[in-house]
Amino acid sequence: MQLYLPIAELSVNAFALLGLGGIVGVLSGMFGVGGGFIITPLLFFMGIPPAVAVATGANLVVASSVSGVLAQLKRKAVDFRMGFVLLAGGLLGSAFGIWVFAWLTTLGQIDLFVQLSYVLFLGLIGAMMLRESLGALMRSRKANAPIRRSHVHYSVHKLPLKVKFRASGLYISVIPPLLAGASVGFLSAIMGVGGGFIMVPVMIYLLGMPTKVVVGTSLFQIIFVTAFTTVMHAVTSQSVDMVLAFVLIIGGVIGAQIGTRLGVKLKAEQLRILLALMVLAVCLRIALDLLLTPDELYSITRGVAI
Amino acid sequence: MTLRLISLAVAALLCALPARSETIVAGLSQDMVSITTNFTGSEILIYGAVKREAPVPPDDAPLEVVVTVQGPSAPVVVRRKERRYGIWMNTEAVNISQAPSFYVIASSAPMDLAMSDTEKLRHSVTIPRAIRAVGIASEAEDAPNFVDALVRLEEERGDYAMAENSVILVEETLFRADIALPANLTEGNYIVRLFITRDGAVVDLHEEVIIVNKAGFERLIHVLAHDQPLLYGLLSLLLAVIAGWGASAGFALLRR
Repeated sequence: MQLYLPIAELSVNAFALLGLGGIVGVLSGMFGVGGGFIITPLLFFMGIPPAVAVATGANLVVASSVSGVLAQLKRKAVDFRMGFVLLAGGLLGSAFGIWVFAWLTTLGQIDLFVQLSYVLFLGLIGAMMLRESLGALMRSRKANAPIRRSHVHYSVHKLPLKVKFRASGLYISVIPPLLAGASVGFLSAIMGVGGGFIMVPVMIYLLGMPTKVVVGTSLFQIIFVTAFTTVMHAVTSQSVDMVLAFVLIIGGVIGAQIGTRLGVKLKAEQLRILLALMVLAVCLRIALDLLLTPDELYSITRGVAI
Repeated sequence: MTLRLISLAVAALLCALPARSETIVAGLSQDMVSITTNFTGSEILIYGAVKREAPVPPDDAPLEVVVTVQGPSAPVVVRRKERRYGIWMNTEAVNISQAPSFYVIASSAPMDLAMSDTEKLRHSVTIPRAIRAVGIASEAEDAPNFVDALVRLEEERGDYAMAENSVILVEETLFRADIALPANLTEGNYIVRLFITRDGAVVDLHEEVIIVNKAGFERLIHVLAHDQPLLYGLLSLLLAVIAGWGASAGFALLRR
């Protein structure tokens, strides 16, 4: 069944889209990731214009994050004060990202920029995940692993403007969380991702937040940043495709439930290696598009004059 | 005085008659195309007849029919990739002031026979003539290559096509042309032009318009996204929030 997407202005197979949403849903259920960084490049491969893929991707992340944060709220695993600081940074970063996005679109370099960002971040994240999960696998075989100290003083503790974050048990400057929020907000606008894959390590390793509030707090801020990004993309470039988003959300919702159950049955370390390899594969595919001589050197953009 | 007027009128009639002795009577299978959710393209049947006052002299050149269908025009940017720092990126760009979103030429004979070059120029019948590329020479050294690329890309997508010998003509009187409209149709007025020619010269010309519109739900979404972007963005959000919340609530119920 062909489905006409009113904003992307092309006709795609509805079941292929549903399947795509489903696969990403399975992943997000299995690994607890938003899936934005997988779905946006897959939409490029399907021929959806990058601008539409990014804006619609942000819309999708809203749906999956709402679904996730509700569970975290019940467990009281959200540090609201930290969430709001991250959010303030995130909104600024997203607004700047939207502006850069619009500017690069008029230059005709947005596709390249989005692709390069994906190659860079997917490569980085994939390599880090692979290294970490392989290490964890080794450690679990060796048994007695060294225990991490619970409270470490990093250099970020020397900055001014200190605030108490009670839920996280931290007394740190607001500057690092603001900056972290801003950079993730920027990525959300450029790449159509929630940025959880960056935010979580930053919270744990850089801010020193306890693991139990990290996921909930990052989801909390992701909802609002991606919501803001969605609305901004809708206003500045009319590139949010509601029909596309709806079909992907339906697929994603069903997939996430399957994924959660699959995740329980499989071993965590092996799962992480699998995800890392997949992220690297997507990264490689985008990189090849940039490196290999394209079949068609010319491209056309309608309705805009530069 | 009266006599002079009458003779003038007669002379005018005599001059006009040979040119208008054959006229087109034509119709379209549909003059509205609605793009809906399950739109996968459409076929337009253009049919007609040649009306004549007197029989065709046997020594006349054969009659041919040329049909063009032209979609709405818009400015187009053509970009070319080049390898820089090891990666392929867009470097040069050429602005083409107007190019139709769709252009098909169908004829009952090879175009070289069906219409002379002068007539093609006068009526802007060829694909390159339909594209208005003024002042592009200053934008790139090989600007014409960009126009060629535009035509090639549009032909690959099925938006531009030359369908010679595709118009069926019976007894130099009845004709039909089937034009396929692709799924990725742009909204707007599509101009259908019909020409009948003899010996390459246009004998009569007839114009029709097909209106292509997004319909129903598609139209609603498209209009909302462009006219009320803020409302549209908020609605998309609402949809996502409801879907996300509904999903977790629904499956929580299922698990109980």
